[in-house]
This record gives sequence, C-alpha cells and structure tokens, in this order.
Amino acid sequence: MSETRRPAWLQSTIITIASLLLAFLVSAIVMVAADAEVASKWAYFFSRPGDALSASWDKIAATFHAMWVGSVGSWGALTNTTREATPLICAGLGVAVAFRAGLFNIGAQGQAMVGALFAAFLGFTVKGLPIFIHLPLVILAGVLAGAIWGGIVGLLKARSGAHEVILTIMMNYIAGSILAYFMLQPAFQAPGRADPISPVLEWSATMPRIAGSSLHLGFLLALIAAAASWWLLERTKFGINLKAVGLNPNAAATAGASVSNITMITMALSGALAGLAGVMMVTAPESLTGSPPQMTGTIIGTLGFDAITVALLGRSRPLGVVFAGLLFGALKASRRTMVTMAGTPDKLTDLIQALVVLFVAAPAFVAWLLPFLKERKPKKKMTPEGLVAGA
Amino acid sequence: MSTETGIIVPEAASPQRIESPEAKAQRISTSSLVTIVGAILLWMAFTVDGSGTIALSDAFDEVQLPSIEIPGTLTVAICALLTLAAGIALFTGRLPRWGRTVAGLVAGAAVLFGFLAWVAASSTLPFTLTSQLNLTLAYATPLFFGVLGGVLAERAGVVNIAIEGMFLTSAFTASLTFSLTQSFIAGLFAAALAGVLMAGVLAFFTLRFLVDHVIIGVVINVLATGLTGFIYQQLVAKDMATFSNVRPMLPVAVPGLDQIPFIGPILFNQRPLTYIAFFSIILVWFLIFRTRWGLRVRSVGEQPHAADTVGINVISTKTSAVLLGGVFAGLGGAYFTIGSVGAFQDNNPTAGNGFIALAAVIMGRWHPVLGALTALFFGFLRALAQTTKPMQLPIPSDFIEMLPYLATIIAVAGLVGRVRAPAADGAHFVKSH
Repeated sequence: MSETRRPAWLQSTIITIASLLLAFLVSAIVMVAADAEVASKWAYFFSRPGDALSASWDKIAATFHAMWVGSVGSWGALTNTTREATPLICAGLGVAVAFRAGLFNIGAQGQAMVGALFAAFLGFTVKGLPIFIHLPLVILAGVLAGAIWGGIVGLLKARSGAHEVILTIMMNYIAGSILAYFMLQPAFQAPGRADPISPVLEWSATMPRIAGSSLHLGFLLALIAAAASWWLLERTKFGINLKAVGLNPNAAATAGASVSNITMITMALSGALAGLAGVMMVTAPESLTGSPPQMTGTIIGTLGFDAITVALLGRSRPLGVVFAGLLFGALKASRRTMVTMAGTPDKLTDLIQALVVLFVAAPAFVAWLLPFLKERKPKKKMTPEGLVAGA
Repeated sequence: MSTETGIIVPEAASPQRIESPEAKAQRISTSSLVTIVGAILLWMAFTVDGSGTIALSDAFDEVQLPSIEIPGTLTVAICALLTLAAGIALFTGRLPRWGRTVAGLVAGAAVLFGFLAWVAASSTLPFTLTSQLNLTLAYATPLFFGVLGGVLAERAGVVNIAIEGMFLTSAFTASLTFSLTQSFIAGLFAAALAGVLMAGVLAFFTLRFLVDHVIIGVVINVLATGLTGFIYQQLVAKDMATFSNVRPMLPVAVPGLDQIPFIGPILFNQRPLTYIAFFSIILVWFLIFRTRWGLRVRSVGEQPHAADTVGINVISTKTSAVLLGGVFAGLGGAYFTIGSVGAFQDNNPTAGNGFIALAAVIMGRWHPVLGALTALFFGFLRALAQTTKPMQLPIPSDFIEMLPYLATIIAVAGLVGRVRAPAADGAHFVKSH
C-alpha cells in the first residue's frame, strides 16, 4: 500500500522462518513438560533452579543434536533425507497444483494407495523385462491409477458441483478398503504368507540408487516433476487458466476458460502426482537391503496428510514444495537417531510438522504473537495483517 | 425432505405438472439407481439356494428366542421385485409427493431386508440379529457425538473436518485423566474440555485470523496425532501403571425395561455414553430448532451479514456453537477409551470415525436427528461387515465396509436427492463497518 512496504516474498519468508522457530520452540516446551523425569526437577525449581534448567537444556540439546545427525549429519543421513523427501515432494506437488486451481485435494492418500497398489503389482508379477522397460511401466501404472482416482473426483465435481473435500475423503476410505481387500488375495501375497504382505519387487522395478546410499533415481524424478509443474503453471496457457479458475472461477468462465474441463484435468493431474508418490513408496530401495520395502496395507502411512502440510508450507509453489518436502523429509529421516541417541520418541517429528503448518497457515497469528514482525504502517490497520488482526 | 422443484400450474391452464430440467435429471438418476439395485438384487436371488437362518438371540442369552427360517431365493426375489416396482414407479414421474416418499421407503426397506435374507441364505451359519444390532449401537455411539459436533459447527457456518482430531485428543485425555483420578466423571469432563480446546483452536483461527476452515481442520487433525502420539510415547508408555491404568465403563441395564425380550438387551442394556448420546441428540435438536440461540446460530450460518444488521453478535454466536460442538465431540472421543475398550492405545484408536461422522452430517442434511439416523445406518453397515466376516460370504466384508463412503458420494454428487449446506458454510465473516 505504501512505499515503505516490504516486498511480499520477503514478508512471507520472514513469517515462514518465524513459524519454523516458533514450532521448534513450542515442541521443545512440550518435550520438557511431557518428560516425567525432567518435570520432576521443575517441582523443586525454586530451591534449586539449576537442576531443572540444566535437565531441560540437556534434553532439548540432545534431541535437536540427534535430529541434526540423523538428517544432515553425514552423506548417508543426507541421502536418507532425500529418500524420505521424494514421496513428500511428489504428493505435495499434487496437492499444490490442485490448490492453485482452488481445489482442496485431501485425497492424495487414496490416490497414492491405488498408485502404489498397481505399481507394486506390476513390479512383482512381471518378470524378466529389462529395467529400462519395466521401471517406466511400473511408474506409468502407478501414475495412471492415481490420475484415474483423482480424475473421478474431478469428473464428479465438474458434473454435479459436489465439494471435492468430501469426495476425496470418501475416495480415501474406498481406496483403503480396496487395498485391504487386494492385500488379502493370494495374487498379491508373498508365497507362503497369509498376512497382507506382498512379494519383493523385481530388481528391474526398483529405482536405481548410488551404491551405499539412499539417493535414488526417484529423487531426480521428483525434482523433474517439480520443474514440470512450474513450467505448466507459469509458462503454459493451461497454467494461466488453471490459476485463473483458482482465483475466481466466475471471472475465468467469463473470460472463456472451461471451468469444468480445468477442474477435471487438474484433479487428474493432482492424482497422477500423488500416484507417483505412491510409486516412490514401493519402488525406492532401502539403504541396507537395496530392495524396496514389501507392499503392505499400511505402506502409505499418513502420506496424504503429510502432503497437505508440505503444500501449505511450500505455499503451493513448486520450488517451495521441494524445500518443504526436504524439511519434512529431514524430520522423518531423523526419527531413528532421535530414539537411539536422545531417547526421545519419534512422534516428536509429527508434532513439529503440525506446529509448523499451524503457524504457516495463519500468518496473521504469527504476526499477532510476534508483533515486532509487523511492518511499520503509516496508518493504523492498513495492511492485510492489521485488518485481519483487528477484525 | 425431498427437494421439490416441480411446480403445479393452476388447474384451469393445464393439469399437467411442469418439471424443471434439474428435477427431471434428478428423477431419472434416482429411479435408475433404484432400478439397478433392484436388478442386482434379483440376480442375487438366484445365486442362493436353500434357506437362511436369522437368529434372534445369542447363544449366551438367558432367554432363548426361536431362530427364523426363511426361504432364500423367494424372499430375496420378492424384495427385488418390490425394489424394481418402486424404481419404475419413480421413473414414471406420475407419483404424488407422498407416493414418492412411500416408494423410497419401500425400496430402502426391501433392499435392506433382501440383502439380509441373501446374507443369511448364503451361509450355513445363522445370521445373529441381536449381535448385529448391539454392534450397530456400539459403532454408532461415537458417530452420534461426532454428528452433533459437526452439525453445531456447520450450522453456524464453520466447516468442521476436525472432528477426527477432537476425537483423538479427547480419547487420550479421557484415558489419562481416568488413570490419574479413577473417576469416570472426571474422565468425561476432561474429554469434553479437550474437545472444547480443539474446537477453540478451530474457532480462534477461522473466526479471528480468517484461516481457511478446511486447512485449519486438516492441521488440527495432524496436530492431534502428533500431540497424543508424542505424549503417549514420552509419558504414558514409560509408566503404564500410573498413566494407563484404565478400566472401561460397563453397560448399565435400565431396571425392568431390559427384561423385554429381544429389544430389552439391545436398547436398555447399553454403555452410559450411548444413553447420553440419545439424550444429546434430542437436546441439540431442541437447542437448534426451538431456542432463540439456535435461531441465531442458523442465521449466522446462512446470512451472517443480515444477522449482523439486526444486532446479533456473529462472531460470538459462531464461537459458542463451535465450542458446544467441541463438548459433544469430546464425549464422543471418550467413547474410544474409557467409554468402551479401556486405555488409550497408540494405534490410531479413532480410525477415521471423525470422517464417517462428517459424512453422516452431510448425508443427514445438517440436521441432528437425520444425521444421527444416518450415523445409525453407517454403524449398521460397519457392524454388518463385522458380523458377516466369519460367514464366508461371496462378497468380501471390505466391500460392505466401503458402502457408507459410496453412499456419501452418491448423496453429495446429487444422484439421489441433493444435499444443501448452510449458505455461508466456510465463508469468512468480516464486520463491514
């Protein structure tokens, strides 16, 4: 509004960094408060404050040091981070692309499930193909399955106007039931097993990796997907239309964009990227064995919701999603050392992740908590932050 | 209930009803769906032979009631024909309004009974109706509370997809509080408080900081997972004797009424939270539709600016509705620990029930009683998936478990009756002067 205003990117970067710091601060407080041993020292804080403070500090320092070591402390740790980040980036891109069209895809979970299911099935049933045919086939199967699963939602929304949030939530549970069913069929089970676990994928369906590390081809594919998403959004006519629909569907329709077509294609695209994330979950090799984990009914974990947090932290920009995916990937990669080195439960990463997004999603809240971040305003309540905080 | 769009022109001009294109599309999709289901049921009738047994009492019941023997093919076929007839009658479009309601009810009842008869006839084991109905109430109880939490928030215009997070937080809080105090009252109170706190986060961020309702809902769910999971591992798992010493609430029989054969043990020998749920449904219905506060809640959900103009404090009305919803969601969360099974386990104890409750809110058209009936229906389907698991049916129980979600998609996609959310659901309110 005024000449002294900070550029938008600077303000949003400041808020994002403040959110990260706040999230680590709050989680440190929770960590200390929920530790019975440390909390007992706080009980006699006033007689010997040194005990409580040093115990708390030791706990926090040990945990954050362990997280550092587990995520970026060595070449192996760093590649673990890229391995964990790969599906997060892919699915995060899916959610982000849908966001840009004004669509809230909560269905990355289900889309990744069907993607993983189809990819894994082709991965362990088809045998004897060379890797440069088999691996693309597996990836294509997963991506297509995800695209169809997302496309159904786009079709229903375009045809009937039903809200995509409800549709995608329901499709997640349907995908979950289908996955549970197939994982109990003999065709999907490892020989001699009665529980829902698949055979090991053929080596020709596994992402090639740099020997001795967890850095695999999938990470490169995720980066290519991010670049392609950027190109699509920023350099094509479809991208312009997509963003126009996201900003104002009525105006976009008046300007000649087909809102229903864009809704359908965007949802399919979003599903395709989530399906790719599912492929990554089942084809990425583990650092010790060199082969990917066997497909199970729970292999997707909470990927769909993690993807939403990645897209929110990345502010739905492809580059932002890559950084957000790397950050949350690093959190996930640090789980093991956190338990072994600091004795801190690995669920702390979930807590940090949730807090980061809570703060990132509410920039006005961060500015309210930390008033010094607010810009100097020529008049009271002129910036959006001021307006929001005063409402 | 049915969205009536056909209008009747004056007799003098023409006795013909004029049907709008939407009503026509609606009629065709509804009737085709009913007809297709009828046709499938007819086909299923000929996949069974012999008779089915429906047991009216468990093997362990004191009063043993006779089992009912029904001819499989004949029963299913009759139900299928009734469904087909209803579908065709709906397709003609010549039914009066009450006729359509009757046709819908006939089709629904016939599909339900026909399917149960098919289940019973497809297996050599009897289909135990009592355990099915008991399990239905067990599954539906938390959904009832979730529906109330959802209805209250959404009627006030705040989209609530955070029911799951509220459930999880309060399930954990209830378990922890009970373990420390050994008091069910304290446990329930703490659960309700936890629900209110999570609802407070929802209200605070959506109403004060204008964060998108769906985003904050997702964030609350993730936050609840992280918070409960971390505190469980850090605190509870290290000292189970202190923090996880929980026994569940036991069913309480209503003296006298529980002696009624068949109905008694199902309805009047329930866990305390089930009784509270039934009472709460009536209470919320009364609050929303029969009190001044309820009228205000509905008005801020439909037309907040109009409500503001007549002097209603929009933000505080919305906040009160969301927080009250949090109380019920909290009680629903308590059901997952102290209300039914005991101590909190770190394995996703609420298992997506918050989202099923959300589906019931929508299919129940944002009405507490209809929502509760939908929740009962969803509970019935989940129970059906459980009771039929050992029966070796030709269709897998996973597919039965899928039905609530399919039904919700069909409902929101407008294939059968269109559901309409409160007009300002999810919209931000900024006072304009």
